[in-house]
Amino acid sequence: MSTETLLASLEVMHRIRATEETISRLRLSEDIVGSVHLCNGQEAIYTGAVRALDLSRDAVFPTYRGHGWAIACGVPPEAVLAELLGRESGISGGRGGSAYFTAPTYGMYGENSIVGAGAPIACGAALAGRFDGSGRVALASFGEGAMNQGAVHEAMNFAAAMTLPVIFLVENNTYSELTPTRNVVRNDQFFRRASAYGMAGVRFDGNDPDAVREAVADAVERCRSGVGPVLLEAMTQRIVGHYIGDVQHYRPAGELDAAIAAEPIGRAERMARAAGVGDQELAALRQRVADEVDRAAAAALAAPLADPATVEEHVYA
Amino acid sequence: MPEIIEKSLSYAESVNAALARALEERPETLLFGEDVAIPGGVFGVTKGLRRKFGDRVFDTPISESAILGGAVGSAMFGRRPIVEIMWADFALVAFDQIVNQAANVRYVSRGAVAAPLTVRTQQGNAPGACAQHSQSLEALFAHIPGIRVCMPTTNQDAYDLLLSSIWSDDPTIVIENRTLYHGAKQPVRIGGPVQEVGGVGLRRSGSDLTLVTWGAMQRRALAAAERAAAEGIDVEVIDARWIRPLDLDSILASVQRTGRLLVVHEAHTTGGVGAEVVSRVVESGVPLSSPPVRVGALETRIPAAVQLAARVLPGDEDILGAIRRVAHDVPAGRVEAMPVGAR
Repeated sequence: MSTETLLASLEVMHRIRATEETISRLRLSEDIVGSVHLCNGQEAIYTGAVRALDLSRDAVFPTYRGHGWAIACGVPPEAVLAELLGRESGISGGRGGSAYFTAPTYGMYGENSIVGAGAPIACGAALAGRFDGSGRVALASFGEGAMNQGAVHEAMNFAAAMTLPVIFLVENNTYSELTPTRNVVRNDQFFRRASAYGMAGVRFDGNDPDAVREAVADAVERCRSGVGPVLLEAMTQRIVGHYIGDVQHYRPAGELDAAIAAEPIGRAERMARAAGVGDQELAALRQRVADEVDRAAAAALAAPLADPATVEEHVYA
Repeated sequence: MPEIIEKSLSYAESVNAALARALEERPETLLFGEDVAIPGGVFGVTKGLRRKFGDRVFDTPISESAILGGAVGSAMFGRRPIVEIMWADFALVAFDQIVNQAANVRYVSRGAVAAPLTVRTQQGNAPGACAQHSQSLEALFAHIPGIRVCMPTTNQDAYDLLLSSIWSDDPTIVIENRTLYHGAKQPVRIGGPVQEVGGVGLRRSGSDLTLVTWGAMQRRALAAAERAAAEGIDVEVIDARWIRPLDLDSILASVQRTGRLLVVHEAHTTGGVGAEVVSRVVESGVPLSSPPVRVGALETRIPAAVQLAARVLPGDEDILGAIRRVAHDVPAGRVEAMPVGAR
């Protein structure tokens, strides 16, 4: 990976992290209310995956921990923050909020607060591509906890039986919400399930944006060449709770420290330093993105609230 | 638009004709579901369509979430999927894709994306059907803003309402009834303009009482209305074939004339769409000469044995009893002494 590419990935990861930290602050101040799920520690997955997609035709269906997907797909932080703040300038004018964030014009076809429910919908997007000549690849992303949902099993078999160009991307952060996933499955190597459906399955380091990009690019190629679907398993760790306020008492001593030591932003910075990028340049990049997100937050907070008179719009055609 | 011709068709053939027209005229339509393509459907409704329209008609695994999710996703990307859920009871396995997914697509994107999909299903009891193949679930679907629901009963409606649903840009549930599929052929007008969603069907004009019904139950309602006529009670029978949107104006116009309301449906009374009809009429303030009455299934599970199911579902006598009660304004205190129709 070139230094330029590394720094480009680092910038996206900084933007995701800065947005999440701003969201956390605004949630604690109760400017943002409700359930909020942050993706700190998992930024490399979104950053790497989006680099391998062509969002002018491909479609991403993330899970509810999806602010990072939105930012990686190019949604401006202001539109993300305004959405969570219930502003008219939010990407959905406050209809979606944190856990149902939907930005179709950016190729991001909706978080889903129903675990695994995006997988069958991604099959439909891929199915449409079979008839519209777009060559679209649909990527459904969800945590490894979703691998125990019936809808995900149905989607994997459906996609495999129909040879649909779907990438099932498992963000394996080893926790099904608050429960260690290894406690609720006999085999926690989820990529191995792929063979049961007749798919290719690959597990890789989800904290390395380039490893993610490479795996997703291979999967995209398989899909576009007509042999999809593919099951990808990106190994990662949350370095925050399942929701804001989750004290993570269920995590064994030392686990969080190890996760923080391995998190993708620090790691990318270490790689950049090893490639000769100076501390000053790295600090400047970090600061530039932080300033950008600060300005976005100020603008979002200053924007008018979404108008309650509009709540009955867009229910029917 | 094809020229209007009249053909003698069964209900199943009318559905098939509508599907064939949609597949012919709208290249963005897809038809898929369990056994719908090569086998032609478990009730034979979709037969011949695979042969005629090729890959746009295909069989799926027994996976209701994948079928409905596939419909939602393909509809979001420019297709106009028509999917079959073999029995309405089976939709419950994948209710998420209807309620949490399809109903939200337009709303959450503020109209940037839509889900113009049609779900064909069939429901209701038939002799020997078990509790998981007998339910009338229209109220569950109709409860959801963002969803349209219709229940065609005549062969003409089987054709017309399905086309209206497919042409509609909203997710629409078409609830058919398997006891109607292979009944008598009737003249059905094929072709012509596709109607807008909504409206009722006037099945019998009358001046004494408005009976609102839908689905296969209206055969019993009409039979009871004829018997009531012999007793001097002139019943108007309205087929509320679109459950959502409900054409309240047409119902109110009738009740305004008759001053009396009876709702008859095969679904359970509690929380049924009948409760909605009665509430809307009462809320409208239209003057009523007697309290409105609902007739629906008893508040129990639906048993398989024919004589047991007959006790649970509204029968001719139940409906006639309710007609008499509403027409003669039998006081509520006498309900216990009334025939089972008063339940």
